[in-house]
Amino acid sequence: MQRKAVALISGGLDSLLAVRIIQEQDIHVEGINFFTGFCVEGHTHAIRKKDQKKPKRNNALWAAEQLGIKLHIVDIVEEYKQVVFNPRYGYGANLNPCLDCKIFMVKKAKEWMEAHGFDFIITGEVVGQRPKSQRKDTMPIVQRDSGIGDRLLRPLCAKNLPPTLPEREGWVDREKLYDFSGRTRKPQMALAKQFGFEDYAQPAGGCCFLTDEQYSVKLQDLWKARGSRQYEMDDIMLLKVGRHIRSRPEYKLIISREEGEGKFLQGYRKLYPSLKTVSHPGPLCLIDGDFAEEQIEEAARIVARYSQGKNAPEVELEYRDTEGNTRLVTVTPLAPHELKKEWVV
Amino acid sequence: MSRHLLDCRRLLCPMPVIRIQDRIAELEPGDELEAICTDPGVMQDIPAWCRINGHQVLETREEDDEYILLLRVGEGE
Repeated sequence: MQRKAVALISGGLDSLLAVRIIQEQDIHVEGINFFTGFCVEGHTHAIRKKDQKKPKRNNALWAAEQLGIKLHIVDIVEEYKQVVFNPRYGYGANLNPCLDCKIFMVKKAKEWMEAHGFDFIITGEVVGQRPKSQRKDTMPIVQRDSGIGDRLLRPLCAKNLPPTLPEREGWVDREKLYDFSGRTRKPQMALAKQFGFEDYAQPAGGCCFLTDEQYSVKLQDLWKARGSRQYEMDDIMLLKVGRHIRSRPEYKLIISREEGEGKFLQGYRKLYPSLKTVSHPGPLCLIDGDFAEEQIEEAARIVARYSQGKNAPEVELEYRDTEGNTRLVTVTPLAPHELKKEWVV
Repeated sequence: MSRHLLDCRRLLCPMPVIRIQDRIAELEPGDELEAICTDPGVMQDIPAWCRINGHQVLETREEDDEYILLLRVGEGE
């Protein structure tokens, strides 16, 4: 009877190798990839026109295709909020709840495994590779708290860990697994070469926006402004785009930095009031929060500051509400000294 | 065979892929699904997802900053 494993696929090198190691032992493998909303995707960067030369591929899909396995992408945006709001094991350097995140993903993969008649889970984890979720003392916590127990196999470092059920039952040969540890990438790169993988995603540890300091600051600012630790999908998408200026506590301006971002923000004009320069080339700005029409002028002055008319005596802008009603407003762009540093989120 | 429409405008990858994956799971082999998207990344990702999962891309086109893909549901398992 051929055993079946489900692999957590991030699209990075480690999960790619972990799958190939297990495939070589005649195990049927399928991949699972969780979308939290905070995943760093080439496409998110591709919103910006200057980044459009970068490859736009989704690395998890690409990895699955290289491996010849099916990939199941699961939307966990809603459920994941509890991980972000209340991580039992706390945050890392920023708002990254890495250990809770890993526990949650393994738990979700376990549910999938049971629902689809698979036998065990594999991950590309390596002991000592990550400061929080991949340590010798925290890796057993993932097994315990997710409920997966010894049906979780980490092929890249299995020899450093107690034998798991697939090893004890002889479904996989422990001798053909690996004993990688620590932060060095050299063994993985050598193994990739051995397997013939030449073009793989660079594993920089940055697959999640919550590990990014600037992003975390913006998310905290959003929570503070709203008075509660909540977010919706549109919020976390918009945190990735544009310049965020909070000149008043009750609202912030999201100002596009270039054409690609402007185009992307246009899609939100039915959800947020917006300002766009018309007399000069300039950015599109969404206004997020409690905004009164009396405040149009002061917001427009800030937006004009980022247009090509920043040194002109007057700049004309179009204000559009969420119903599509428009009005023109003419303002003097904000002078450089009037733009306070602390407004920039 | 029936034809269906899916609006994936404003969604960034991988959300269009997830929406298409979940919609196709409800359809029958041979059914067609037309997806309208605004993230250019779909032109790479959706064909890749279809290749992996045994579905067919019948047509892709770009119209007024929208990316439209016509897919045919495969046989599955």
